[in-house]
Amino acid sequence: MCLAIPGKVIEIQQDDAGVRMGKASFGGIVKQVCLEYTPEVSCGDYILVHVGFALSKVDPEQARRTYEALDELNQLTELQVETELKPIQSSGPSP
Amino acid sequence: MKYLDEYRNEEVANRILQEIRREATRPWVLMEVCGGQTHSIVKYGLDRLLPDGIELVHGPGCPVCVTSLEMIDKAHAVARRPEVIFCSFGDMLRVPGSKGDLLLLKSQGADIRIVYSPIDCLKIARQNPDRKVVFFAIGFETTAPANAMAVWQAKRQQVHNFSVLVSHVLVPPSIASILQSPLNRVQGFLGPGHVCTVMGYREYEPIAARFKVPIVITGFEPIDLLQGVLCAIRQLEQGRADVENAYPRVVRREGNRAAQELIGKVFEVCDRKWRGVGSIPKSGYKLRWEFRDHDAERIFDVKEIDTKEPSICISGMVLKGIKKPTDCPAFGKQCNPEHPLGATMVSAEGACAAYHAYGRHLALEPKELAPLG
Repeated sequence: MCLAIPGKVIEIQQDDAGVRMGKASFGGIVKQVCLEYTPEVSCGDYILVHVGFALSKVDPEQARRTYEALDELNQLTELQVETELKPIQSSGPSP
Repeated sequence: MKYLDEYRNEEVANRILQEIRREATRPWVLMEVCGGQTHSIVKYGLDRLLPDGIELVHGPGCPVCVTSLEMIDKAHAVARRPEVIFCSFGDMLRVPGSKGDLLLLKSQGADIRIVYSPIDCLKIARQNPDRKVVFFAIGFETTAPANAMAVWQAKRQQVHNFSVLVSHVLVPPSIASILQSPLNRVQGFLGPGHVCTVMGYREYEPIAARFKVPIVITGFEPIDLLQGVLCAIRQLEQGRADVENAYPRVVRREGNRAAQELIGKVFEVCDRKWRGVGSIPKSGYKLRWEFRDHDAERIFDVKEIDTKEPSICISGMVLKGIKKPTDCPAFGKQCNPEHPLGATMVSAEGACAAYHAYGRHLALEPKELAPLG
């Protein structure tokens, strides 16, 4: 029920009643979205959408930092696995 | 899809799991608050990948599940009226009231429509000026901005034939209620990421401090959830009890101010009855008096309907994290998604329905699985 998914803003306009609306693309599926709660958003930004309303702008900098932290985790925990590479020897009949 | 696919990366998930295994030195019980998180956890089997002793119990955060039986009966009383077009999110249609569900009512001729967004109802209202359009406004804080906007615009644009049947619920009082229970087992929370997108997480700080539990604001994808678990365990192992934001790409501490402002203009806090749990003080929203002309409970005079809930299932204990769906003797037998006996089986995001959808009724010993690695 609290499902909300990230979409890319591709169009912004006011509707007849003056409500800030727009269109967002969710992996190619385009839906109408109310942008009243995200006045800072412009075309090309990613937004988090729940029941037709943008609740938040997705912060690319924060997303990048989270992934950097995960990379650090990788360096801390990844075990050095020695891989034994066996030379491939031809077993076919000699010419 | 950007901001989705990278949070479902198996390699990264394994890395976080490795770190969880490294840091956890003793058993901990964590609760994910939101039904969407429960669904993801069970769908991807994340709980079964955690080391032995790290237990996830499932929280009360499925608004479809916790909408009280009496509110469903009120919805039926309104939807049955010939002048009414009753609009709802799709997942409310299957929720059983005292006398069947809204789908049954629809099959008997009631004009019940599924909408994607509450704002769509205004259009339906304008297209049907001689009918009364009612929206079943359920949900947690995540959905409140949408429902508030529909009511606000109806008043502003003078759409007189639109009203809402409000059954909004709030997360912080429900968490506090769980922690106050003498049976409580929860030692840390994965906080509701999308609720906090709207409300921020300041109101969780006194709860974390008072009950000495870490609350980690967590997203919904597998990587988000595992990261939430890691942060919570790290805090518990270090003896900390902070509110931590593990979902910063969309959640800010102050939340969405514009949304909070409109919620505050349209709704006020009230006591609310939760299905399977009972009444929790100050745990819901109702319409403010200024919006009474859009209040379906008042317009259709259904305020007095009072339904007692049957005590046949353990969903109340499941919603509080005291029991697991598999602890119930009726789970997967008398109680299943076609014939739900209680709250947690009625919606796909309910813990019992999620367990059932992913075959947990077929193998009832999840705790006996060996840890990976």
